[in-house]
Formats: sequence, C-alpha cells, structure tokens
Amino acid sequence: MTLLRVDDMTHWFGGLQAVSGYNVAIEPGQIRGLIGPNGAGKTTVFNLITGRYRPTEGHIFLDGQEITGLPPHKIASMGLGRTFQNLRLWRHMTVLEHVKMARYSKITYGLAGAFFGTARRNREEDDIETRARELLELVGAVDWADHIVTNLPYGMQRRVELARALAIQPKILFLDEPTAGMNPEELVQMMEIVRLVHEQLGLAIFLIEHRMKVVMDLCEVIQTLVFGQVIAEGTPDEIRNDPRVIEAYLGKEVMA
Amino acid sequence: MSADENLRQRLSSVGRRVRQWLRVQFSPVPLLGWFLAALVAVILEMLVGTPLARLLGMSKFPVLFGFALALAQPVYIPSAIVYVLLIYVLPVALVARLSIRLGNLLAGWLMRTSPLLSVVVHLGLLYGTLHLWAGLSDYRVLVVRLMLIAIMLTLSLNVVNGYMGEFSCSHPGFMALGAYAASLFSVLFFVGNDAFGAPLLPIGLGPFLFPLGLILGGAVAALGALLVAIPSFRTRGDYLAIISLAFMFIIKSLFENLEFLGGARGLSGQPDWASLPVVFAWTILCVWTINNFVRSTVGKALNAVRDGELAADAMTVDTRRTKMVAFFFAAFWAGVAGGLFAHVLRYVNPGTFDLKKLAEVLAMVYLGGLNSVVGSIVGAVSYNLLSEALRPLELYKWIIIPLLFIMVMIFRPTGLIAFREFDVVKLLHPREGTPGHAGPGAVEPQAER
Ligand SMILES: Nc1ncnc2c1ncn2[C@@H]1O[C@H](COP(=O)(O)OP(=O)(O)O)[C@@H](O)[C@H]1O
Ligand SMILES: [Mg+2]
Repeated sequence: MTLLRVDDMTHWFGGLQAVSGYNVAIEPGQIRGLIGPNGAGKTTVFNLITGRYRPTEGHIFLDGQEITGLPPHKIASMGLGRTFQNLRLWRHMTVLEHVKMARYSKITYGLAGAFFGTARRNREEDDIETRARELLELVGAVDWADHIVTNLPYGMQRRVELARALAIQPKILFLDEPTAGMNPEELVQMMEIVRLVHEQLGLAIFLIEHRMKVVMDLCEVIQTLVFGQVIAEGTPDEIRNDPRVIEAYLGKEVMA
Repeated sequence: MSADENLRQRLSSVGRRVRQWLRVQFSPVPLLGWFLAALVAVILEMLVGTPLARLLGMSKFPVLFGFALALAQPVYIPSAIVYVLLIYVLPVALVARLSIRLGNLLAGWLMRTSPLLSVVVHLGLLYGTLHLWAGLSDYRVLVVRLMLIAIMLTLSLNVVNGYMGEFSCSHPGFMALGAYAASLFSVLFFVGNDAFGAPLLPIGLGPFLFPLGLILGGAVAALGALLVAIPSFRTRGDYLAIISLAFMFIIKSLFENLEFLGGARGLSGQPDWASLPVVFAWTILCVWTINNFVRSTVGKALNAVRDGELAADAMTVDTRRTKMVAFFFAAFWAGVAGGLFAHVLRYVNPGTFDLKKLAEVLAMVYLGGLNSVVGSIVGAVSYNLLSEALRPLELYKWIIIPLLFIMVMIFRPTGLIAFREFDVVKLLHPREGTPGHAGPGAVEPQAER
C-alpha cells in the first residue's frame, strides 16, 4: 500500500502560487528525490505535507489516513520525521536532550511522573536515553551526546538533526537539503549515513537536494519542480536526459 | 605608572593564590560537611551569642549578621564583623575543614544505603539549622518564612519566564487568588467573623486540614491562569505580557470591591498555621516537584518550545499543551505561596499584590538566573537578605537595590546562576579525592545563554 499520497495539492501565499497541482505517491522503503531551482517551492511542499501550512487545495494521506489540516505534532507522531533546510536546533539543550525530545508523544508516564519523579518515569527516561544513544551511534554523533548542541561543528549538527528526526520512529523521513553548506568530505559522510539509516531502519525517504550527485546516487525516483509545478518525474537517468529538466534547471551544470 | 601596575599585578596574583588555596582546602567538603558546620555555628550562637555580643559592646546579638546594626549605627561595624567572624565564618570553616574525612565517609555510607535516606538526613540537618537559628528571635522566624515563600514564587515564575521563555506578569494576581482562597477557607470553616458568622468546624481540626486550604488556593490560582492562558497561547507573540499585566490589575480591583472579603481594608483573622516547619515542608515540596518537572523530557519540552517552536512541533511536541500545563503549574505554586503568605502575616489586603510585588518577584527571578532552580533559590534568598539588611537605609534602599541589579545585569546578563541543572542526588555525593572539583551546586557543564 502507498505510504504517502498527495493529491492535487495547491498553495497560495497571498497572490503567489507557490505550489500548484502537486501529486506524489511514495511506497514504503522507497527513496524519492525532489529537485528544482531555488524558490521553486520544494520547502513549501514539505511544509504543506508536514502540516506547517494548510494547503489551499488538495488532500494528503499518510498510511491510508487523511492528514490534511492536522497540526504538525500530530502528523509527526503518526510517523513523519523531518529535518530542516536551515538547522533548527534548540540552542540551550544537549545533543542527547534533542534526541530524547522527539520521543515526546510516546511518553506514557504523564504529568504525575513528571512532577513526582516516579519509578516508572525514571525507567521510561532511561529507556528513551538508551534508544537515543543508539541513534546517535548510528549517525556517528554519540561522542557529543552530553554537549550543548551549539558547540558542535556544523556537519555534526546536521547529524544531530537527523538522529532527532529518527527518534520519532518515522515511517517516512523528510530531508530538506541535508548536505547544504557542507564541504565535500562532510557531504560524502552524510550520504553514507543516509544510506545506512535507510538500510538499517527500512524507512522511506523523501529528499530535497540541490547537489545533483547526491540525488542521482541515492534516489530511485526523482521529481523536478519549477515554479511550483512538477515538470518531470522519473529515474535518475530519465531526469538527467529530460530536455525540459536540462532547459529549466540542469542546463548550465550539464553543459559545464 | 609602572609601580601602580606592578602593585595591581601582584594583588591579582595574590588573589589568585588565595582562591587556589581555598579551593584545595574546601573543595573536598561534601554538602553534608557544610550542613554540619552550619549546625555547629548555630548551636554556638545559641550558647554564647548573647555573652559574646555584650563583650563586644552590643546590647544583644546581631539578629541578621549585623548588617542592620552596622548600617543604623556605624560605630558597631567592627563589633559586628568580629561577631560574624567568631560565630559564623571561623566555626563553619573549621568544622567543614576538619570534618572532611568523617563527612565524606558519612555521605558515602548514606548514599550507598539509600539516596532517599541521604536526602532525608540532609533536609533534617537543614531544617534543624534553620529552626535553631530562627528560634533565637521572632524577627528571624518571620524573615525565614517570607524568604521560603519568596523561593516558591521565584521558582514558579522562572518556569514561565525562564524555562518557557515567555514574559508573564500575573504572579501577584495568582498569589492574591491563593491568599484569599486559603484565607477564606480558614476563616469560614475554623474561625468565623462578622461576615461569615460562627465557624463551621472545630478549630482543632484546622491545622490538619490547612493543606487542603492551600491546595484550594493553588487550584483557584490555576483556574485564574486559565483566563490568561486561553487568549495568550492561541498564537505566538507578546500577548502574554500584556494580558497577564491586565489580569494582575483586574484581580487587585476585584478584591478591592468584594466587600464580603473586607474590600480594600483586607481580611484578617487567619490562624497561625503557617509555622516554620509547615512553610519549610511546602517549599521543599514545591522545589522538588518543579525540579522533577523541568528535568523530565516532558518539562524540557518547554525549552524546546522556547528555543524553536517549529522544530518542537515537528518533533511531536504538543506546544500549546506544554505551555498551558507549565502555566497552570506555575500559577498553582504561586497560589500556594499566596496562601502561606496570608497565614504568615495573618492578614491580607489587595494593595499587597500590586506592581511593587511584581517588580520584586521579577527582580528575584532575573537576579538569580533564568532557567535554573538553584538560581531562583539564590535569587530569592539574596534579594530577601539584602532587602532586610538595607532596611535601616529606608529610602536609599530603593536606590541601592536597583543599582545592584543594574550591576548584575551588566556583568552577568543572564543572572547569577542561569541555565544550570540541579541534580540533587549528585550534590549529596561524597567528594573524596577530587581536589579542584567544582564546588557545591555545580553540576552539568552547560553553556551560558
Ligand atoms: N511563509 C511564506 N510566505 C510567503 N511566501 C513564501 C513563504 N514561504 C515561501 N514563500 C515563497 O514561496 C516560494 C517557494 O519557496 P521555497 O519553498 O522556500 O523554495 P525552495 O525550497 O524550492 O527554494 C518562494 O518564492 C518564497 O519566497
Ligand atoms: Mg528550500
């Protein structure tokens, strides 16, 4: 069954049509790419699906359930994890606290546990911590667990965001330009991590990327978005050779 | 010029060496050692305080470390200093230093037996010390009780203004709601007056049901918080500051106009149930629950909401619920503190819960440090001590205190002890073989700001 389906989604920011007639269907375990020039509306597509904005038109289904218009935290707890194009970390919190926080909706000890520090709360916090450390291990950031997140190198901060999104236990992970601002070495490491995460956790991934190499290597199917409209969809090879894509977006890069 | 510089350099190097020496001498002292030392000093004062004070030419022992006396009559400054040295500083330093081995053995044994036992013993020692110290004068009993209440207020406001990062001004209002609700409970059921007639229950039951009255006060305050929270937390923005300020004034004029509660004259007749042990117990309960809360993942969601609401939302945090819960919780404790306050003074009137009260609570929060339980305790205690100590200066007090605050804001913009985690169990551990280890209170290294 299709894991994520978006039907005819359109969104207006005032007079600007940022996304128009957008469709997508992602199967469990699939890695899917979304490319397009700056300002094409890629991040807006993510923000619409994750509930940050309510689409002007259209319907979104996650695992067969309609999620259009639900608040972001509900959608997230149903199994949609995401990272942000511009890092959104909490500047006073440690790395470990970041990852633990994404378990919020799964916590069962309730307010009584929070106020009175019950045995159950301690047990549950310990469990969450163990799991968080495992995820940090997976992304290679476990050595930083007890550091305040702002003290980390940039590439490491990106990994923390990834580990945090994974702590939700997502069925599908949205990555918004996970290699933005990285140097070539960090970029290769990040791609390895994404591949590893996909292998180990078997989740679907929806990836926005700017750098061709990353999308072409990782994704099975790629969409190209220009001015809010999908102008092409296909395998990396098809996209690479599609004249509309070359004209609208790849032109300079492919020629060069 | 170079001689001057030379001198300054030498002074600063002496200062560094003194600090180094102090650290080596005292960093292995466990908290238990400090508590024992404080108890010894207090017992010493009980035994020889008055004779020593007479010997030094004072009519009686200085009631608050000699500050008030020294400010009122500067001739007594040397006597007061000698007294404080002989009764407090030297005994505490000596006992703490000499009890290092014993204290650490004891602290280690307690911790191994049961952390809970260790907490109970420490609290017992702390209470014993406070009880004996305050027992020497009624003024001290009053000051200590008001100080404990101030801790509750400061800490609960820190939950909103620090941990949650919003600016709330409604604390005096919550306090008023708690004060009146708890007073009404006591007077209506156990005392009676012209307005309410004869009491409904025998007064002997009162002290046992008093906790119910305080919880009622907290609950009424939390209900009041609903009126602020619903409009404020709909959207993000600075609405809370305005709405909560309006709320504070509305509550004040509400009580000024409720004739059956005494109107602007206020309500009196509260029984003397807020004794030192009662206030102490409630303060411990307040600190304990708030500290538990802010250290849990559920409570840390407040920090996530403060430092990035979008990310919090995307990580499954129900941001609105998180804010509401924290706000009610803070209001509850402000209400309980209000109830205790009314029973300490045994009188309550609407004029108490005005802008001045608000300024005081805000000052304690920001002085102590945002996002920090220890900070709030330090802020409340130091503000109250300062305020009492400077009392003889009368009007000048209100020049000196703001100036001090400005200094703090310049040199430590986040307050004295901000963004520090308060790990009680870690604090109670023995400190053997760790010279140079940070002193009491220092727990996890967290960045400032
Ligand atoms: N909150 C918003 N309000 C108004 N316009 C917006 C908003 N967010 C994005 N836009 C506009 O929508 C368009 C698409 O932006 P975005 O989705 O960020 O592009 P991309 O991620 O593909 O670079 C841009 O023109 C941008 O200025
Ligand atoms: Mg973008």
